Amino acid sequence: MIAAIDLATVWAFIIAFAVFVYVVMDGFDLGLGMLFPLFPAKADRDVMMNSVAPVWDGNETWLVLGGGGLMAAFPLAYAVLMPALYTPVIAMLIGLVFRGVAFEFRWRTTAARNRWDIAFALGSLLATLAQGVALGAILQGVQVEGRHYAGGWWDWLTPFSLLTGVALVVGYSLLGATWLILKTEGALRDKAYRLSWGLLFAMLAAIALVSIATPFLSIQYAQRWFAWPNVALAAPVPIAVAAVTALLMRSLGQKQDSRPFFLVLALFALSYAGLGISMYPFIVPQSITIWQAAAPQNSQIFMLVGVAGLVPLILGYTGWAYWVFRGKVRAGSGYH
Amino acid sequence: MLSNLDPIVLARAQFAFTMSFHIVFPAFSIGLASYLAVLEALWLWTGREVFINLFHYWLKIFAIAFGMGVVSGIVMSYQFGTNWSAFADKTGPVIGPLMAYEVLTAFFLEAGFLGVMLFGLERVGPRLHFFATLMVAIGTLISAFWILSANSWMQTPTGYAVNADGQFVVADWFKVIFNPSFPYRLVHMVLAAYLTTSLVVGAVGAYHLLRDPHLPGPRVMFSMAMWMAALVAPIQILAGDQHGLNTLEHQPAKVMAMEGHYQSHKDGAPLILFGLPDQATGRVDYAIQIPKLSSLILKHSLDAPLAGLDTVPRENWPPVPITFWSFRIMIALGFLIFGLGLFSLWTRWRGTLFDSRPLHIFALTMGPAGFIAVLAGWITTETGRQPFTVYGLLRTADAASPLAAPAVGSSLLAFVIVYFIVFAAGAIYILRLMAASPHHGEQGPSGDMPSRAAGITPASGAAGQGALS
Repeated sequence: MIAAIDLATVWAFIIAFAVFVYVVMDGFDLGLGMLFPLFPAKADRDVMMNSVAPVWDGNETWLVLGGGGLMAAFPLAYAVLMPALYTPVIAMLIGLVFRGVAFEFRWRTTAARNRWDIAFALGSLLATLAQGVALGAILQGVQVEGRHYAGGWWDWLTPFSLLTGVALVVGYSLLGATWLILKTEGALRDKAYRLSWGLLFAMLAAIALVSIATPFLSIQYAQRWFAWPNVALAAPVPIAVAAVTALLMRSLGQKQDSRPFFLVLALFALSYAGLGISMYPFIVPQSITIWQAAAPQNSQIFMLVGVAGLVPLILGYTGWAYWVFRGKVRAGSGYH
Repeated sequence: MLSNLDPIVLARAQFAFTMSFHIVFPAFSIGLASYLAVLEALWLWTGREVFINLFHYWLKIFAIAFGMGVVSGIVMSYQFGTNWSAFADKTGPVIGPLMAYEVLTAFFLEAGFLGVMLFGLERVGPRLHFFATLMVAIGTLISAFWILSANSWMQTPTGYAVNADGQFVVADWFKVIFNPSFPYRLVHMVLAAYLTTSLVVGAVGAYHLLRDPHLPGPRVMFSMAMWMAALVAPIQILAGDQHGLNTLEHQPAKVMAMEGHYQSHKDGAPLILFGLPDQATGRVDYAIQIPKLSSLILKHSLDAPLAGLDTVPRENWPPVPITFWSFRIMIALGFLIFGLGLFSLWTRWRGTLFDSRPLHIFALTMGPAGFIAVLAGWITTETGRQPFTVYGLLRTADAASPLAAPAVGSSLLAFVIVYFIVFAAGAIYILRLMAASPHHGEQGPSGDMPSRAAGITPASGAAGQGALS
């Protein structure tokens, strides 16, 4: 199974990369949305929204790349997973609709502003919960017959998928809180510091619970984690999590503005790496490997040219947009 | 209740519903992004304040329309998997890369530069800002390129083979991307987007001119919009005619449905102006027709024979009534738009462009015409493709997900409720912005800060001419 250049593995990494970029970038947008109810003052909400208004659309585009890339590179996996995750996917889309239009609508009305703020918060919560539930549903595996999903309409709903759903809500909220530390000042930032402590402990608890539950899902995960030589790959992950957590606590304690956000990104990266180690080489756990799901080579090569040429460019101008809107967002200096 | 319904019918209804809501926004954003780029270029070039005021005025509307396009677009991109998983599996290797390229070359470009376009004028200065506007406009056009290539391949598939798993695979990328109907469809749709936007801009201009014919902003936008309509409408009619001939060559049954030709005609087919197609009996009742004209249009000869649906197996008939009527609505609107263009040229020549109330009332009522024509056109081409998703190769019934009716029905119901709430609100906010006239010192979306944009004099413009100090 080890070719000189294994296209399917390359593409698995590309899709994983796109999904990861989506998770961390739209993660803080969605997290900030979920924190909205805790910041009732209009001035605070204006600042929060303005801190992501210029970039959220680019962040969300990574989700389109993840979904579109999956259909293009692994059409069979896409065709099996989407019906299996039917309800969470539809719920996510509806959440994203409300969240996305709230960015524009809340500035265009005074009478209904509060309603769009609620739509922003609930939409963010629904989309995040749905994404987390979908993750859990994928991890626990889905029923496949031939080239079709063969399970029921409610198979995705289990205690485990609800746990991963809640875990992601906590994780995105922590990302959102540390983003606020990075982008705001004064009382708003101080509140974000306070929230970050609670959310950090909640996130550690969530990581622990998901880690404990995962090996019980299937013998495959248990073997993957605890059998030699994989244990050598898997063991550093919890150690690194502990190290990053220590650094994060110190930076929160010392009120460093930019470090917490990037340390939370590192926490996400580690959790994500753990997921990757658990799943590889399955794209639909326990039923379909990346090689079985792979599109024909010429489709994968055709797209690889585009990815190799364009993703660096995309990262470049996206970085430029972040650079243009760098620094603290101040009340009253809104973009709207 | 829901379980008695056919899940395929529900999935098709969901696609039609979400697609109809979505297409309105890109059609408007493609045209409006280009218009904004033109306005900003004119501001940079002449330094006239009216152009930056119009730019900011339409930018606020663009922001809302674009946002609604984004959220309804994500729904579309995931729908291939949720409701049409068999289609996704079978066509993924062909269609997937085209859509992935759309994301890589268009969506990121639009989204990446949108923030600077909406909020960055003061931070980056006029020239870089214009570059951002240009990137967004180009992004919308690139997006049209890829998605229409994918849609055209479904209509006129070429350059493919079929593998052992029953998937379409690519034999020749060039033939897939530049498939036979693609150039026609691309031109027809981009022109439609430009016309749609010019009608909206023209209607808003007309609305304000009816109240006060001396306002500089409305005068400029109305004049620009009427030039666009007058120039593009005849070109669009020609492009549509060519597109129709291409369809006749590759999808004859679709043209038979558009024309209402259930029967073959050996010596000259009539053009049925109006009638009631009856799918069950295979006849058009109460037909009002002009003898031989259909053959003249399609074959450029009065007596040319023209085959009808009686030459096509019944299970391959498209739904004629819908295709027949949506096609007529599109054509009628096309000629009305052409008429509006001519009328505007006439008043321009007489020097009454800004004073002719009949013209302004006509232009105002034609405001939504582009949207309706775009919808009618898409309904024509998509229902005319039935009963196939990939023309002649993959039947719609074999493309759906293995889902029961309650799942598809519930999601359809959810989308209907959500879309009516969200897009009704969006429409109200856009109309509210349109109801105000563009004014001196108009601000962009960065409204609640003291806008210094009006004070930024474009370097190439005559200094001081448009600047507010």
